[in-house]
Amino acid sequence: MAARSGTLRRYLVVRLLLVIPNVFVLLTMVFLLLRVAPGDPVSAALGGRLPPEELARRRAAGGYDDPILLQYWNYLSHVFRGDLGTTVSDNRPITNILVVNGAATLSLTVVAILVALAIGIPLGLLAARYRNSWLDVVIRIFGVLTYAAPVFFVGVVAIIIFTGTLGWLPSGQQASPIAQATVEPVTHIFLVDALIAGDTESFVDGVKHLIMPAFTLGLLITGVFIRLIRVNVAQTLRDDYVEAARARGIAERRVVFQHAFRNAMVPFVTVLGLQAALCLGGAILSETTFSWPGLGSQLVQYINARDYVAVQGIMTIYALVVVGVSLLIDFVNAFIDPRVRY
Amino acid sequence: MTAARADVPSYAEPVLSVADLRVWYGTERGPVRAVDGVSFDLRPGETLGLVGESGCGKSTLGRGLLGLLPAGAKADGEIRFKGTNLLQAKRRDIDRLRGPELGMIFQEPLTRLNPLMRISEHFEETLRAHEPQIGKEEARRRSIDTLRKMGIPPTRYRAYPHEFSGGMRQRIMIALALVLRPAFIVADEPTTALDVLVEAQIIRILADLRRNFDTALLLITHNLGIVAEACDRVAVMYAGHLVEDGDAREVFAKPRHPYTRELLRSTISLQTTGLHYIPGAPPDLVEPPPGCKFHPRCPDAMVVCGAQDPVAVQTASGSRVACWLHGPADRIDEGGTARMAQEEISVADEA
Ligand SMILES: Nc1ncnc2c1ncn2[C@@H]1O[C@H](COP(=O)(O)OP(=O)(O)O)[C@@H](O)[C@H]1O
Ligand code: SF4
Ligand SMILES: [Mg+2]
Repeated sequence: MAARSGTLRRYLVVRLLLVIPNVFVLLTMVFLLLRVAPGDPVSAALGGRLPPEELARRRAAGGYDDPILLQYWNYLSHVFRGDLGTTVSDNRPITNILVVNGAATLSLTVVAILVALAIGIPLGLLAARYRNSWLDVVIRIFGVLTYAAPVFFVGVVAIIIFTGTLGWLPSGQQASPIAQATVEPVTHIFLVDALIAGDTESFVDGVKHLIMPAFTLGLLITGVFIRLIRVNVAQTLRDDYVEAARARGIAERRVVFQHAFRNAMVPFVTVLGLQAALCLGGAILSETTFSWPGLGSQLVQYINARDYVAVQGIMTIYALVVVGVSLLIDFVNAFIDPRVRY
Repeated sequence: MTAARADVPSYAEPVLSVADLRVWYGTERGPVRAVDGVSFDLRPGETLGLVGESGCGKSTLGRGLLGLLPAGAKADGEIRFKGTNLLQAKRRDIDRLRGPELGMIFQEPLTRLNPLMRISEHFEETLRAHEPQIGKEEARRRSIDTLRKMGIPPTRYRAYPHEFSGGMRQRIMIALALVLRPAFIVADEPTTALDVLVEAQIIRILADLRRNFDTALLLITHNLGIVAEACDRVAVMYAGHLVEDGDAREVFAKPRHPYTRELLRSTISLQTTGLHYIPGAPPDLVEPPPGCKFHPRCPDAMVVCGAQDPVAVQTASGSRVACWLHGPADRIDEGGTARMAQEEISVADEA
């Protein structure tokens, strides 16, 4: 008899515990990456703009004169207490960046992923079902183009057409200045805040601002989704249990959805975690192209200001997001696949 | 176990009647003629064993009967099932027959159940596909009933496939085929992937089919012992052709076709000293040899064998054999019965 070992609950608990080493490793990497940069963060950001004794004072206050191991310990213990530090260049708490700009990135990436799922899954399914037909060829070309086309290029072309020529869509920020001024920030997710305020006009304004950045990022991910769904569904359609289902006279629609598609979701969801990095990276490009006030555009801005404390803070946020996303994906997988157990 | 069924009169209408069936696969090298002019009848409750070396077209024949051929394969001829020619039926009509009329049991029990679906879901899906108005309770009762007959306890009804061993999964697959009580089942090497003890158990279940369900069974195997134990009739396939078929006891006692004889000699039994095997391998089905497909390997090959296709002849007892040793003598040209020269055999073997 095959092993009937773990239960779902056991899996979830063990997986949750694994978050601790995950976080530890990623935070260590963030710390090391930023410490190999020459010089200390204070001089890097403010060198030449403050008198030397003021620089030295701030350096000591920031703990940058301490031994490296002590700095490492301080970094970890601060993160665990929820203190990500304060930027050097403009003295802003990084938790504030997380709340304000993180919310903007969240709405951008969530909508982009929804766009990618809504376009990528049906197209990938069609391409797999009618493999090697002209439809498959067209969909694959579309997938390659959306993946290969540089985000800023697609973004600029979209701006020229929809903002310039047609004048349908605004090309920057989360909302127009009036809407931003009137909507009370509660969650800092603009569309949610507009809904809470019951301000339909601002909500529509926010949606219009979101369309181009989200589609530009969404199309990038769509290309990847099409390929993943197509490959995996084509594989499951050839699997033995699919043929066995056909041999029992199960209708073709059900064979495709209940058997081939559902089983293809297992490898698809598994590699979704890897796509989180692509998504965050793409978000940086989309945010800079559309001056979207998210984490990515902040990161670029602080890199230009040589503000390593800010960069380290934002990287720490990214690291925690990656850990969270992979946890979420493993949970989803455990619910789909009864074999995923410890 | 080879006794012919007494309660099914041999004049019962065949449930399945195959005439001149041909199946070929399109490949870059040309068509692979995997089934080449096969004809046979199968009556209710009858078990026909289909034997032959690997690559002779047994699986292709079995799948072809259920319309389960891969894209790129073509079939021609006639498969008459309860009066309908399956080769001309629409896809939707075939879907409706698969399950309640035509069943299939495959070789690889480990991969034939959907790993994400409970056993119960497999059964309920299957029953609902063919009896849409069936209630949940009724579906459950019938499924558990059938599973119990296969030795799967009701407590395991909601388990997942990976929680079962290979032998249990094959019994589940058999139950899944039987729950709709099909009139005809193809079992393609159902025990090849299982160990010997489990094999015996599965074969007993299949042999009981005809008693309990009156199901006609085409049992594909390369194990002649299984045929002797579980089948009424046997058909021997070589290079896409049925070279001999008839009552299993009769064929085993007195094989007429040299290929059948060599196959029987190459099975291990208590009497065997040393392992006999047939030299060479079945021919390439893109360019099979002319005349009798077995002639490059046949110890009895005659001149006529390499020139003319053998003609099947029927004996009084209903057995058929396609071999010039038994063929109509008047069709053989003068000198045709001379032994084929030894060199020719080796040349043809290398070709
Ligand atoms: N999908 C396929 N495409 C091309 N040739 C095939 C395919 N499936 C089987 N064949 C060929 O058809 C012949 C018969 O195969 P098969 O029916 O599997 O034989 P058996 O079951 O007796 O081993 C073999 O020569 C095999 O290579
Ligand atoms: S026809 Fe000739 S070659 Fe073929 S089996 Fe009979 S004797 Fe052998
Ligand atoms: Mg086979």
